[in-house]
Amino acid sequence: MVSIRMTVDGEQREDEVEPRLLLVHYLREKAGKVGTPVGCDTSNCGSCTVQMDGQSVKSCSVLAVQADGSDITTIEGLANGEWHQVQKSFKECHGLQCGYCTPGMIMASVDLLEENPDPSEDEIRDGLEGNLCRCTGYHNIVKAVQHAAAQGGAR
Amino acid sequence: MTATEERAATSVGQPLRRKEDDRLVTGRTRWTDSVTAPGLLHVAVLRSPMAHARVTRVDVSGALTRPGVVAAYSGADLADDLGSLPTAWIASEDQKTPPHPPVTTDKVRYVGDAVAVVVASSRYAAADALEAVEVDYEPLPAVLDMEAALTDGAPLVHEDHGTNLCFSYDEEHGDYAASKSKADVVFRRRYINQRLVPSAMEPRSVVVDPTAGADSYTVWSATQVPHFVRVFLSLVCSIPEHKIRVIAPDVGGGFGSKLDIYAEEAICLALAKKLGRPVKWTASRSEDMQATIHGRDLIQDVEIAATSDGRMLGLRVDLLTDMGGYLQLLTPAIALLGRYMYPAIYKFESHSFHCKGVFTTKTPTDAYRGAGRPEATFVIERALDDLAAHLGTDPIELRRKNWIAHDEFPYTTVCGLEYDSGNYEAATARALEMLGYDELRVEQRRRRDTGDPVQLGIGVSTYTEMCGLAPSRWLGEVGYIAGGWERATVRMTPLGKAEVVVGTSPHGQGHVTTFSQITADALGVPFEDVEVIVNDTAAVPWGLDTYGSRSLVVGGTAIRHAADGLIEKAKLLAAHMLEADPGDIEFEAGTFRVKGSPASTKTIQEVAFASFQAHSVPDSTTPILSADHLMDPQTFSFPHGTHLCAVEVDTETGMTSIRRYVCVDDVGSVVNPLIVEGQVHGGVAQGIAQALFEEAVYDDEGNLVTGTLVDYLVPAPPDLPSFETDRTETPSTTNPLGVKGVGEAGAIASTPAVVNAVVDALRHLGVDDVRMACTPERVWRAIQDAKEGRGGDGGDRAAEGTVAYSGDSTASTAGGGQA
Repeated sequence: MVSIRMTVDGEQREDEVEPRLLLVHYLREKAGKVGTPVGCDTSNCGSCTVQMDGQSVKSCSVLAVQADGSDITTIEGLANGEWHQVQKSFKECHGLQCGYCTPGMIMASVDLLEENPDPSEDEIRDGLEGNLCRCTGYHNIVKAVQHAAAQGGAR
Repeated sequence: MTATEERAATSVGQPLRRKEDDRLVTGRTRWTDSVTAPGLLHVAVLRSPMAHARVTRVDVSGALTRPGVVAAYSGADLADDLGSLPTAWIASEDQKTPPHPPVTTDKVRYVGDAVAVVVASSRYAAADALEAVEVDYEPLPAVLDMEAALTDGAPLVHEDHGTNLCFSYDEEHGDYAASKSKADVVFRRRYINQRLVPSAMEPRSVVVDPTAGADSYTVWSATQVPHFVRVFLSLVCSIPEHKIRVIAPDVGGGFGSKLDIYAEEAICLALAKKLGRPVKWTASRSEDMQATIHGRDLIQDVEIAATSDGRMLGLRVDLLTDMGGYLQLLTPAIALLGRYMYPAIYKFESHSFHCKGVFTTKTPTDAYRGAGRPEATFVIERALDDLAAHLGTDPIELRRKNWIAHDEFPYTTVCGLEYDSGNYEAATARALEMLGYDELRVEQRRRRDTGDPVQLGIGVSTYTEMCGLAPSRWLGEVGYIAGGWERATVRMTPLGKAEVVVGTSPHGQGHVTTFSQITADALGVPFEDVEVIVNDTAAVPWGLDTYGSRSLVVGGTAIRHAADGLIEKAKLLAAHMLEADPGDIEFEAGTFRVKGSPASTKTIQEVAFASFQAHSVPDSTTPILSADHLMDPQTFSFPHGTHLCAVEVDTETGMTSIRRYVCVDDVGSVVNPLIVEGQVHGGVAQGIAQALFEEAVYDDEGNLVTGTLVDYLVPAPPDLPSFETDRTETPSTTNPLGVKGVGEAGAIASTPAVVNAVVDALRHLGVDDVRMACTPERVWRAIQDAKEGRGGDGGDRAAEGTVAYSGDSTASTAGGGQA
């Protein structure tokens, strides 16, 4: 077992973990952050996307021990008093149906808009290529990101 | 108050934002895998690595010595705890329904078939211990090709039945031979509807807690059908039905794949009972791809008898449909559910339908978005475009010549279905206008004339479907075990809020929002004041769940009737309160009024409180404002629409890109246009995915080689275009809401539109079919084959035998003749 410390959605944590424990399982099973789901086992779907020190990462592809010392923001910690604009825009534009991919989709979109505050449709589609959705056909996800960008995007 | 009343009165038809979204965009969700309980144990399933083998020894003792392991069992160990998994459909008298033990006891019949289970204190410990289970397999030949499986001497998936034929079904409407004898043209073709992996984003998961209630079991499952799960788990596990509560918490998509009773649900219930502790099983994605049902997988031979001027007289359809290794809940039903949809919107005088179900050593198939109707629509709409090309006519013209005109409704089809309403002309005209059809045809000619390496193709699909599953009597006649009703309760709480209890079970469709809109209008209460209670058999005692685009048509109608019933009941008390005759009470927008005395009013909230108090209730009624309605539909609903796809195909690389996708759907009246549009988008995307990207490929040993999301191409955002959607609204005449259902329409319509477009781009090069998925390789090969004078659909891959239909049938499915 290895001792790790990290900040998860503003909460300081210290835990003993197996070296092989995936960050997503750490978040779900140790930190109780079940808002971040797991959709695949090959890093394709992006459902488990969180921010690690401000960068979006697929938390199924990071070991908890690799995140030692980092600051993690999950979908549950994204709202800061009020919802992040991207959360508002996903609701406004019906950018979700079952909602399973949504946490990852939103976290990846936040990162996308931080890098490119005024993306074209193609840039949005390319920027989210690591995130899969089975319900929306992406049409309204693209619209949601465009809407968020028009509203000032990053926050 | 005025503002609220005005808004409440117009809730239906508005694009209200979804109530569901607040928790979904903030991560305050409860997926089944997020459910936990004190002392929770984790279950891992050892799965067969072989497609077909006799299991001669299973030794779990090694696993028991592994850290954290609490128990481990073979199929034989659990034989007394688990019965056979159910099949709820008898397709024909000769149907073979073999036993389907949740953990096999004799043979494995597909890669992924369960062989043993391990229970441990953590997810990782359970998975680790699987490698310590010893299994001896005696390999048997894989059974992969449906036509080969039906030949004499083929290895048998279920030896006891002496055949791999599960059922054969034949149905005649009209006299096809007579149609054929009158025909100038008999068009024949074989189409291949490839196997698909439904791939809902949430992998399946189940948690069973034997300690959550007194002497009973609470089952959380990622399912579309909690009520089915309760009934069937009772039968499979011999636990009385009233001791089982099933909750489908947030469910991350289904598309038919969670319309089933799965081995792991039964296994977890049996283990929770045996061990007296809560247990959880969650599929990994690759496990889910092997052990959750697959969709489609048919060989479809079609024959159309027509006159030389393009009047279609008769239709003959011969299907082979792959069951896989076992029958799941509705496996034999799926191809048959589409049998009335082959004649589609056209005025055929005969329809000769023939279908054989075949066992193979692959993952069982079952419902996938559309369930039988996409299969039918694909064939008829592909055939229409091909026949039009054969006759040298425009595909739209051929459709116009044969479809039911808007003034011919209600129209009884050759299959005896009465289509209540529709307007194919209007939807088609709008779609053609949106696309700029004529201009694109001009561009297409120019590109052909100049030999442009990038060719343009336009594909047409004018679909209809039958929704609103279903009249119970009809289901009984066709061999289904249950009915098709739905039940709703609408009640007013003491403080004037509304609660709806309904048996359809949402998993992403936004029922809570849609049903709130219907209820808000019917009761004249604010949208925000309606709570919709679903997905829990303890809270919703009656229900038949969600599939077949039935939730709004059947469930929504039940809600509307129940709400109307509540108002009728409330009028009795309102009359008493207003000292008037009940016949003189009018209700509008949440207020009861006495006719002719506009000042004499009571709000529904006032009546609800008085009813709760029950201090003064007339003899004509009883306390508590609550009403039930059971809706058993008398018929189906028939949405329709016209989908047009324009593609650019690079003839040098075979790469297809969708330039425009235009669709005009008629789903009747619309409760929430935002949700309806979203359903169309998602359906269209899944249909496009079948046309261009997805295919469950087995190698010649029966391994699913597209077994992860690396290999199985669920489209990502850059793979799809934005969609141009519009609607015509021809209300259904068979329900008070005028609705028709929309969940499956996009997936039904889009696949043939896209393939028709690809073929249309290449037809002048001699290509008349491209096998789905129309990958660049297949498109390129189809072009090369045509150049060299070989007919072909591009389906003969480099390594013959690696496609779903290997060997001879690959060769015989290429091309297809025109006579």
